[in-house]
Amino acid sequence: MSVKSNLESIRDTLDELMAADDRIMIIGEDVEQGGVFRATDGLFKKYGVDRVIDSPLAESSIVGVSIGASLNGLRPIAEIQFADFILPAVNQIISEAAKLRYRSGGDWSCPIVIRAPYGGGIHGGLYHSQSMEQMFAHIPGLKVVAPATPYDMKGLLRAAALDPDPVIYFEHKRTYRLIRGEVPDTPYEIRIGEAIVRREGDDLTVFSYGLAMHMCLEAAEKVASETGIECTVVDLRTLLPLDRETILETAKATGKILIVHEDNLTCGIGAEVAALIGEHAFEYLDGPIMRLGGPDVPAVPFNHVLEEFYMPSPAKITTAIRTLAAY
Amino acid sequence: MTTVKGPGEAKSPSQAVLASQRRGAAAHFGLSTAQLTEMYTRMVQARRIADRMLVLQRQGRAPFVISGQGQEACQVGAGFAIKRGVDWVFPYYRDLGMCLTVGMTPAELFLNFFARKDDPNSHGVQMAAHWGSKALRIVSGSSPVTTQLLHATGAALAAKLRKTKEVCITSLGEGSTAQGDFHEALNFASIHKLPVIFYVENNGYAISEASWKQMAVANVADRAPAYGMRGQVVDGNDVLAVYQTVKWAVDEARRGHGPALIEAKTYRIVPHSSDDDDRRYRTRKELEEWMKKDPIDRFRKYLAEEGLLTDQKAVEIEQQVEAEIKLAIAAAEAAPDPLPEDALLHVYADTPSDATQ
Repeated sequence: MSVKSNLESIRDTLDELMAADDRIMIIGEDVEQGGVFRATDGLFKKYGVDRVIDSPLAESSIVGVSIGASLNGLRPIAEIQFADFILPAVNQIISEAAKLRYRSGGDWSCPIVIRAPYGGGIHGGLYHSQSMEQMFAHIPGLKVVAPATPYDMKGLLRAAALDPDPVIYFEHKRTYRLIRGEVPDTPYEIRIGEAIVRREGDDLTVFSYGLAMHMCLEAAEKVASETGIECTVVDLRTLLPLDRETILETAKATGKILIVHEDNLTCGIGAEVAALIGEHAFEYLDGPIMRLGGPDVPAVPFNHVLEEFYMPSPAKITTAIRTLAAY
Repeated sequence: MTTVKGPGEAKSPSQAVLASQRRGAAAHFGLSTAQLTEMYTRMVQARRIADRMLVLQRQGRAPFVISGQGQEACQVGAGFAIKRGVDWVFPYYRDLGMCLTVGMTPAELFLNFFARKDDPNSHGVQMAAHWGSKALRIVSGSSPVTTQLLHATGAALAAKLRKTKEVCITSLGEGSTAQGDFHEALNFASIHKLPVIFYVENNGYAISEASWKQMAVANVADRAPAYGMRGQVVDGNDVLAVYQTVKWAVDEARRGHGPALIEAKTYRIVPHSSDDDDRRYRTRKELEEWMKKDPIDRFRKYLAEEGLLTDQKAVEIEQQVEAEIKLAIAAAEAAPDPLPEDALLHVYADTPSDATQ
């Protein structure tokens, strides 16, 4: 067991995976020298030019070449430098990776992982801060994960790398060095599609993921100590497929639901979680399902005042919890 | 004939290509009479199958046809130039002749055309002419054009890294060369000197848009030196010239000399699809001029003049092809549709879709 940051956990897991399976290779921009966030630091030196490949500055080729390599026996882990830049690759992801198995009756498959650092709070402006997960969570054929802790970074990255289908692995940039935790030194997997209850409480249930999930935990502690309101906090971890069982079970247990994400409110993951609960747990509800999401503006603005306005915060979440608890 | 030099280039095939237009050229590039006859048969098969598909569509027996009559020499010649079952094919939707050549049967092609449950390409999920077969190493394709070039590049990267000596060939129309994936694939493949052939079947039109509306250069292959790879234009209606040119590129790629951009100049003698009316954008005179250059007639005359194909044998081939098509249509049309709930299969490896929950 070691204490690691989210970033260290990702890097060490990549190393562990590559050491054990020579089909696994990394492809992306600047990955040879460790990538702009250092997530692949040291891997080029250890595994060489055949397994850590610097791609040209062209995201469609990063994904398209990964798809082709996966058809011919390799297990590529592609890195999109910032999730904002995944858009040129969307045709390859949605038209190709997501549909290869379906359109060939299971004859072909596409076992690739696409790592995409996402999220704001890092003064990244419009094009280095976006949350792109909702777009892919709408596409059957893909799996979408968004781990929040060092333990989950490892378990879900391993599961993604060994999965027979394409997985998009979203890593919140703000959590890279901010979040630290214990990580076992031996290999383990977290099943894709499993949420986890991070905190238990009887008064209301909060659903979140990524950076916002940590803020929810902080807010829940604050509200508990100040008012005695006790929240259950559920970390969704996988966004496609959602863990319906855990979502419905924890929703039914309190009857009051708050869903928090950094992404824009409209058609975000929260909309799907709310719809699930509204449809399958209606009679257990004791108040309106509340969502706290980013404002519906095109992206996270640069100026720190504007960025702060956009981003979720423990204070905003605390207010939402109190409002819902008082309903 | 344009030869564009690139790094690592071995002997240019242009002299040999020109020679193919002379009788008895180089003993037909090492092809036996049986192979030449098979080549001719595949071309006839491709034409007759596509023609029948158009008739069946007009009769209301199938919803849609997209085909490539006129491009048979391009497709069959290229298909012969690879190691079938070893090398990888990433075709586009007109490549019926290529798929036939690498081993897909008329029965399978008609199961695909009628979108039946037992269609090995997609089990009725895809539109017609979207082929794929793991056994034949034909990689399943989509309708957005040019995406397959990156898949071929990736598979070639894996072939290089795994030292398998496999070569990938991916075909496309000249219209596809305007897409960004064309640039990204050629650039990537050239950087890593990958064993992949980018094979452009330039049939003059992207649906209704003539070549001059799609690019400001005369030849797609002229772009090859900008990518640092070999480029070659070939007469796409001369099956032996195509064979020789593609084989040269494939051999070079297999030797580790990197990718090539081959452009076969040809003509689509049918509309873009069964939903298209080509009279809106091209003259009948232009079409008639190209009909005179029909690749199948041309090859039959060549084989006859070489004493390799008698009139009687040509008639027998036609009869065999027609008989096989008749059986294939009857079997495919009688084959069952998928079950409604089959729409939920194969979303992921382990689970059917949960859409019905």
